[in-house]
Amino acid sequence: MAATKNRPLSPHLQVWRWGPAMFVSILHRVTGDGMAVVGLGVLIYWLASLAGGPQAYEAFSAHAGAWYGKVVLVGLTWAFFTHMASGLRHFVLDIGAGYELNSNAAWSVFTPLAALAATMLTWAAIVLK
Amino acid sequence: MGNGTSIGRVRGTGSAHSGSKHWLLQRYTAIGNLFLGLWLVFSLVTLPGYAYADMMKWATKPLSTTFLALFVISTFWHARLGLQVVVEDYVHEPANKFAAVAALNLAAFGGAAACLFFIARMAMIAAGQESAAGMMQQMQQMMGGR
Repeated sequence: MAATKNRPLSPHLQVWRWGPAMFVSILHRVTGDGMAVVGLGVLIYWLASLAGGPQAYEAFSAHAGAWYGKVVLVGLTWAFFTHMASGLRHFVLDIGAGYELNSNAAWSVFTPLAALAATMLTWAAIVLK
Repeated sequence: MGNGTSIGRVRGTGSAHSGSKHWLLQRYTAIGNLFLGLWLVFSLVTLPGYAYADMMKWATKPLSTTFLALFVISTFWHARLGLQVVVEDYVHEPANKFAAVAALNLAAFGGAAACLFFIARMAMIAAGQESAAGMMQQMQQMMGGR
């Protein structure tokens, strides 16, 4: 095993030059992990409060309506659309398309921007209802 | 693998033969998340209000109950697969990796089971209220009311 410990390692975050593809890849993992931990936690609490009755739901609503609740809900909406947009990008990459440097960089810039726009539209629709 | 050469060790180990299943399941559940997630966002945005009665009226419709249950299964499954990759990327000690993946499986299955129970309970609450209202009406009719 001594020999295998000195094998060259693949370069990690700190030694790569930053670029759009790297940025969108990191965003995909961050938003995915964020939704897996925070989002599913909120999902459990939301469904539990609905199953628990009006008082339990009122307590959930109070948290959801407070400033920190709004930060979490807007954050989750952004994470959802960002993960969705970069996930759709992954579907395209999975079929072997979109690896040319220019188009790859262009889609890497476009996906997080589209997600940001979708997040703003969603909350505009809720607030302006 | 003992004292073989590097190439011999590689040949002896070979591939795990199970990676593509994980990879494909990640995509299948992603397709589920895509449609069910958009359905959930659209439903919540178009809801007339966010009070308990509004939420329950929407959530206990047969279609909503079914989609909510599917959403729970699809998202927890997808999250379990995704977090497993993170564990495999950053936890290098085999025993710690095993413990982390075991804990992740328990959390994912436990969370999903709890959510499915909550959804079933919501449906039961709605059914109970419906039958109580029906009984009330019957009693009023029997007593000569409206």
